[in-house]
Amino acid sequence: MSGSRKLLIISGLALALWGMSFGLYYALAVEHQTLDKIGSSLATSFTHGAKGDLLAARESLQTYADAQYDYVRSVDVHSHWIGLAMLLIVFGVVFDRVSFPESRRMLLALMLVVGSVTFPLGVLLQTLDRGFLPQAVAAFGAGLVIIALAVIALSFASNERD
Amino acid sequence: METKPSLEETNASRLLIVGGIALIAGGMIFGDLFAVFVLHQNANKIGEGLIAATDAVAAKDSAAVAARFADIGGRLENRGTKVDAHVHMIDFGFLALLLALLQPYVALAGRTRKRLAQLFIIGAVMLPVSVFLIRYVGLAHSPLATIGWASIFADLGGLLAIIACAGELTGLWRYSRGARETLAEDSASIDRGWASGVLLGGGTLLILAGFLHGAFYAVFDLQQHEAQDQIALETMISASVAQQDATSRNMRDAHLVVEGYGGIQAEKAVNIAAHSHIIEFGLLAILLALIQQYVLLAESWKRTWAVIMLIGSVALPLFVLLELKLGLVAGGIADAGGLLVIVALIGMLAGVLRRTGQPGSQRGSAA
Repeated sequence: MSGSRKLLIISGLALALWGMSFGLYYALAVEHQTLDKIGSSLATSFTHGAKGDLLAARESLQTYADAQYDYVRSVDVHSHWIGLAMLLIVFGVVFDRVSFPESRRMLLALMLVVGSVTFPLGVLLQTLDRGFLPQAVAAFGAGLVIIALAVIALSFASNERD
Repeated sequence: METKPSLEETNASRLLIVGGIALIAGGMIFGDLFAVFVLHQNANKIGEGLIAATDAVAAKDSAAVAARFADIGGRLENRGTKVDAHVHMIDFGFLALLLALLQPYVALAGRTRKRLAQLFIIGAVMLPVSVFLIRYVGLAHSPLATIGWASIFADLGGLLAIIACAGELTGLWRYSRGARETLAEDSASIDRGWASGVLLGGGTLLILAGFLHGAFYAVFDLQQHEAQDQIALETMISASVAQQDATSRNMRDAHLVVEGYGGIQAEKAVNIAAHSHIIEFGLLAILLALIQQYVLLAESWKRTWAVIMLIGSVALPLFVLLELKLGLVAGGIADAGGLLVIVALIGMLAGVLRRTGQPGSQRGSAA
């Protein structure tokens, strides 16, 4: 097995394990509480509205929006880590069909692995800091994956034409 | 030194392939049934609940507000658990197919590989079934305050899958360190026929399209939708509060905001559904490309199923995206696309089942 395939398959399986473990931790320790918070803060905002207290209603809505923001991203991170891990493994199995020399295949594999780790990591960091840096990390990771994917698609297409 | 595994012990690949395709087909059938019979009806009920909640705010009736949100919460839980069951069943199916493809590189005894495959499939079935049951089991007889038995079994299913993956990773690690003595199983080379090539190229393009769409949505629409979501809810409450002391209540504005809020939710939902489905179908196409050597069908049938699979894979996400513009017609075409993928999957599953238990052997003639 070539080095690039080994890198993709082992990183992919490790990332899948990491993504599943993150999901398990999130489901056990965070998800139920967060869903309760989302539901109760939304209901409370309307209850405050019924009492005519718009300021309190707005505060509750802010709590709802913050909890929803974190929840959406955490679930996204879980699914993207596992989805990208599967992509790494699948390309690991088929990487010999990418018609490049091994050094370039290794570079593509590295781009895929780094992108697959950093893209969801950047999204996860957005739950801690909504500034520029986490978004830049996520965009960097997504960019790496997209570029690598485009090159691999071109290689497969040229293989089929040949 | 471990002995070479017997045929009975070396069926890990076959178990994972059959289990994987069955999980994917099962998850898709469940998703289609959910989309047709539950999803839209549930969304309408949530909209009606929000309208009733705005009316209750205008009537200063806190108890009615709480009752409405209890109902909305139940409907959201219903939707959330069913979507989770659908997604996890399909994703575990993908992972099962991937693990099947990796079996030639998992340097463990045949019996251990089979046990790991069984463990994975048990976890992969337990998790989505338990998630589906969360809404119906609730907290009955649970030893915990917030987590019911169904959630506990769902987490246990996830843990079993993690243990199985860790075992497979150990085997891969041993292989990378030079262990080869146990690898008698299934070293059939990857099929390089027309169907496999088209599925491989088409799958990669689908994933690329899904990534580009997801990146575009995240950059230009996601945060805007989240902000609009909050503004719509605030406006809904303000418009209802404004009617609290009116002599004759006019709830038109509040109800219009509820409709607008529903529109935002629908836009978010179709974008996320299109993004996730196009990538999942791309992965599925690549995986199916890699297991074509296990599909005991005539080449013409393999090509037919590959083309049907790709047509469905493009139609479903594309028409899900167009659902807001074209309405029910697009929804119907999207559902038909999902059906095409299911039919192609079942066709290929039949081809896999036609193979004997012995890896590499092809008893009987191709249809």
